[in-house]
Amino acid sequence: MPIDILMPALSPTMEEGTLSKWLKKEGDKVTSGDVIAEIETDKATMEVEAVDEGVIGKLLVPAGTENVKVNTRIAVLLADGEGADAISAEKPAAPAKADADTPAATSEAAGGKVRESAEEPTAKADSKVPAQPKAEAASDPDIPAGTEMVTMTVREALRDAMAEEMRRDENVFVMGEEVAEYQGAYKITQGLLQEFGDRRVIDTPITEHGFAGVGVGAAMAGLRPIVEFMTFNFAMQAIDQIINSAAKTLYMSGGQMGAPIVFRGPNGAAARVAAQHSQDYGAWYSHIPGLKVVQPYTAADAKGLLKAAIRDPNPVIFLENEILYGHSFEVPKMDDFVLPIGKARIHKAGRDATIVSWGIGMTYAVKAVDELAKEGIDVELIDLRTLRPMDLPTVIESVRKTGRLVTVEEGYPQSSVGTEIATRVMQQAFDYLDAPILTIAGKDVPMPYAANLEKLALPNVGEVVQAVKTVCYK
Amino acid sequence: MAPTKTASVSGRKTAAKSATKTASRSASKEFTGRNTPDFGKDDDLHAYREMLLIRRFEEKAGQLYGMGFIGGFCHLYIGQEAVVVGMQMAQKEGDQVITAYRDHGHMLATGMSARGVMAELTGRRGGYSKGKGGSMHMFSKEKHFYGGHGIVGAQVSLGTGLAFANKYRNNDSVSVAYFGDGAANQGQVYESFNMAALWKLPIVYIVENNRYAMGTSTSRATAQSNYSLRGSGFGIPGVQVDGMDVRAVKAAGDEALEHCRSGKGPIILEMLTYRYRGHSMSDPAKYRSKDEVQKMRSEHDPIEQVRLRLLEKGWATEDELKAIDKDIRDVVSDSADFAQADPEPDPSELYTDILL
Repeated sequence: MPIDILMPALSPTMEEGTLSKWLKKEGDKVTSGDVIAEIETDKATMEVEAVDEGVIGKLLVPAGTENVKVNTRIAVLLADGEGADAISAEKPAAPAKADADTPAATSEAAGGKVRESAEEPTAKADSKVPAQPKAEAASDPDIPAGTEMVTMTVREALRDAMAEEMRRDENVFVMGEEVAEYQGAYKITQGLLQEFGDRRVIDTPITEHGFAGVGVGAAMAGLRPIVEFMTFNFAMQAIDQIINSAAKTLYMSGGQMGAPIVFRGPNGAAARVAAQHSQDYGAWYSHIPGLKVVQPYTAADAKGLLKAAIRDPNPVIFLENEILYGHSFEVPKMDDFVLPIGKARIHKAGRDATIVSWGIGMTYAVKAVDELAKEGIDVELIDLRTLRPMDLPTVIESVRKTGRLVTVEEGYPQSSVGTEIATRVMQQAFDYLDAPILTIAGKDVPMPYAANLEKLALPNVGEVVQAVKTVCYK
Repeated sequence: MAPTKTASVSGRKTAAKSATKTASRSASKEFTGRNTPDFGKDDDLHAYREMLLIRRFEEKAGQLYGMGFIGGFCHLYIGQEAVVVGMQMAQKEGDQVITAYRDHGHMLATGMSARGVMAELTGRRGGYSKGKGGSMHMFSKEKHFYGGHGIVGAQVSLGTGLAFANKYRNNDSVSVAYFGDGAANQGQVYESFNMAALWKLPIVYIVENNRYAMGTSTSRATAQSNYSLRGSGFGIPGVQVDGMDVRAVKAAGDEALEHCRSGKGPIILEMLTYRYRGHSMSDPAKYRSKDEVQKMRSEHDPIEQVRLRLLEKGWATEDELKAIDKDIRDVVSDSADFAQADPEPDPSELYTDILL
């Protein structure tokens, strides 16, 4: 049966082109790979190679023809022994599109075969975007009455979380700069080398991009890496591996292969370390589907959420803060204290206004709530804890009660997490709002070094107090 | 020292030999990459079949692209078939493979089905990634194929991570990480070399030097175009291999994999190869002469070399080879038919596989 040679698409966007030259004439024998024609697209002149073997039976489109639509029959190839009379006079094939509603038609054009489509066309249904499934987060575990509460720093809580998970699962290991012999640049991995040895507590060279990739590769192979960045400011070197490799592989593989990995380390400003060491990346990572992003404030949350992050089958960005490392909180003494990722925590109930914050932002919010209480304003303070997936239902439930919302974070103000919360609350709870939502963030400047300027660049308690008063019209 | 860019493969072989000496002298006395044993009949027939499958598959993919069934980017492997086929023949079950986006040949060589690969190219639900990955992103846990990556060089660090996992588990597997002469200039490649050498990770780094990083020839992009030497600063031995000769690839692969399995750490094989087609479908390849391409095709084609050998040695008749050709064409046509008839993914797949 004669084989149709069709006008090919030669770029992702080509719809038509000029058939500038034939390099074979009727009667010529061609084999796979022979150049048969030159085609001019909007971008370049391209050569067209034969795919099948045979003899050129007929050239249907003369050289020099412009605007030849993709998939027009341009020539017919005859198999050995076939005569020109085998060429049918059928009309040029209709242009093929890779839509689901055309496979039967186009496979007929391509191979001269009529084939039943395996399924009814789905294109009609395609016009409707399916609803995004709702993520359901579990609630915090009950802490049995009489459980001993131990006061510990965030630093100790993080170390305990890693140690407990490493005892529990042989596949968990920690790698990063100075995590082993040095005991951690911020002492978060203190004692881990002594307990677990250098097979599982691994000092890396200063090579963020490389070891982030090594970690993701190890996770794809089924291990459970904890990759420590000395600070998330250095993770910008590695962000390609975090986003393009860790976050997207599960989707790109149709669910076959993911990366169960935790990237953790201090994030945001410390004190007087200037612009390149002071950025808060919460908003950046929270933008990315395929990641979970955790930014805890208390030691209990740091412990319970880090344990959850290590067990999570997805890549988790765990944003700590150098200043919070030394803060002490009460942590329940339980054998296995694991908290749900994606669930906000009501830090303090209240009825007049809602503040949503997370991570170090909570330090400003907590003080502001105390001051406001003295002035008779009863604030509900929500610690978001996880930025992605975001527990918006808890925020909205609070706003339905208070009608007023202020967000507090240290990151830059444009496209911040606060603006995201404000947008979504406006869209989903507009009727409950009694005042515009205000977002408190760091100032729109690189972090300055001078002590006074640094203080000005960060949020402060006064700003939060004022914002709450403003939304309360007081 | 560095091979002349315009030299033919035979010219490059001379360069390769001297490079081999230097590399082995400076880095490893044991690793030579110089074994080039003749294949037996079964090996040659196997290699012929496997390489022909890739060639015919890619030609068909090019055709389906032309018809609009395959969208976006599509990077064909035509010309380079001996590299993956020879390496696969040297590998053991459990050895992992990872590469960039010129990846269809690697998938077929690892034993992934032509139907599943082609249906992914057409973006259909029967594709390896349910149509959500496309030409550049396919994976198979079963065949130990770890993608399929679109960022030049990223697969080198990821492949090093696979090797890390092998060492961590103290198993016998080796990671085989492919990258091009273009990727060889990415910083993370050297970060990975450093860690792999430091930790003695079992990984074979394969530089598929097809002479062009997209449209930029190696001579215009690199200060050291002998890529086998690129690990010398880390003490990683390397050799240049005639990547158009499947026997040379297999022999070098055997030796390299043994080197890794015996705990000696990483190794580099620079495969001197050639891509016949443009970088992607929309590349007219004006940066090289037609003569250069034609010379490679007519004098060094990896499949033709095996075909002539099979006939010369009387291991196959023309008719027997024709029968193989027909088998392969049938497999490829079947995959193309499947890939055109298979439905697109269900719209509900939009929101699946984002998180587990």
